[in-house]
Amino acid sequence: MAKHFRSIDEAGRDHVIRLLNLTDHMAEVNRRLHPKVPALRGRTVCNLFFEDSTRTRLSFDLAARRLSADTLTFTAASSSVNKGESLRDTVETLSAMGVDAFVVRHRSSGVPWQIEHWTDAAIVNAGDGWHAHPTQALLDAYTIMQRIGRSTDLDGLEVAIVGDIRHSRVARSTTEVLRLLGARVVHVAPATLLPPHPIAEQIGDLDEVIDRVDVLYMLRMQRERMDSALVPAGVEYVERFALTAERARRLRSDALLMHPGPMNRGVEMLVDPSEVPQSAILDQVTNGISARMAVLFDLLGSGTGLEDQ
Amino acid sequence: MVHRKQVLGPDDVRRAVTRMAHEVIERNRGVDTVVLLGMQRGGVWLAEQLGDEISRIAHEVPVGALDVSLYRDDIGLRPVVPGATSNVPVDVDSATVVLVDDVLFTGRTVRAALDAVADYGRPRSIQLAVLVDRGHRELPIRPDFIGKNLPTSLDESVEVSAEGVVIVEAAGS
Repeated sequence: MAKHFRSIDEAGRDHVIRLLNLTDHMAEVNRRLHPKVPALRGRTVCNLFFEDSTRTRLSFDLAARRLSADTLTFTAASSSVNKGESLRDTVETLSAMGVDAFVVRHRSSGVPWQIEHWTDAAIVNAGDGWHAHPTQALLDAYTIMQRIGRSTDLDGLEVAIVGDIRHSRVARSTTEVLRLLGARVVHVAPATLLPPHPIAEQIGDLDEVIDRVDVLYMLRMQRERMDSALVPAGVEYVERFALTAERARRLRSDALLMHPGPMNRGVEMLVDPSEVPQSAILDQVTNGISARMAVLFDLLGSGTGLEDQ
Repeated sequence: MVHRKQVLGPDDVRRAVTRMAHEVIERNRGVDTVVLLGMQRGGVWLAEQLGDEISRIAHEVPVGALDVSLYRDDIGLRPVVPGATSNVPVDVDSATVVLVDDVLFTGRTVRAALDAVADYGRPRSIQLAVLVDRGHRELPIRPDFIGKNLPTSLDESVEVSAEGVVIVEAAGS
């Protein structure tokens, strides 16, 4: 059974289904008058953030607290911490304080695997480089299932993911989980922003798919990349790939509009999502707490690891 | 060889539920503030049957379900897999909550349920209805409404459904 949650591929289908069921359980907890349970009393969860991410860190922090775990937060600008020795020192030191789970975010791919040699604690990947962001994928899958009323699969659903696919760990993990659940994923981006090894069907024009998709998933477009040579000039990008008011009107009435946040208004989003009735963007934020509670409880409290011993 | 002994049949279960329904109504002088919460999973069908009986005799009462796996005191000691989700259909503030379970054994599930209910609000009182009290309490908890007292030994288990109650004795004991 699982000791870590680091990527959708590593977790596999059974683990993902178990986590989606647990997420639904946690969502009920979060609707209560007092949305807090004693399940992880006495456990310590350490947020280890080498890259800025206020939203993800707060979401994990709140998730741990709602399970009554104690939380520690270690943040460091990635530039000030060298890989190797100092990462190892950090992990070993915090482990010696009695940490039961590390929630790790790092700009380098693979760090959640690297640190397992230095700690016995459970490891949750909160985003590593361009590689993976599996809790985002879990909350995305749960949000879609909740909206369309499914509990075990997404068979037959078409999801368009739009934007900088190539540099996006969100695109990678969310694509993995949606395909594992049976959805058809298409990647919509300029050729320079598509991955060299395609992991889904690729389309160069948002207008080809916008009228028919069940889910439109807009990725955050990094402004610094807009200025680089990778991307068609600002105006052209907007013309072909941004969600304008006109495009939003073409979405099917039962479609979902999603975005992992934070949004770049005026870049990929030219429409106010609060004016798009199909928007599930705030549901994603709410469900993020439940999904992260599910992951932490599954690793620290469910006792599923006991069978190994 | 597993030894199975049927101690209650379907008619006995039905009569016990009817009697408990009368007792709930009598004890609370009506059921205006009563909410039934079945413990996931074994108590849910029983809460529904008890609710049906009470509606037949008095009037309809809200019936919900409570999962207490996140409140258990043995988390980390044994596999805990939250099954079905809780469903508390009404505001429990100032209500009379009747927890309903099929079997009362150590009392630990009930203790967890008391904590769980408190996270939904502050009931005026909480009562406990069980179809079978098999003894062996490990906490100071006692039921308010009992279908049948059934002394058992620790190596027996008790299976309860609408079809009846069966004591299962493990081989060699």
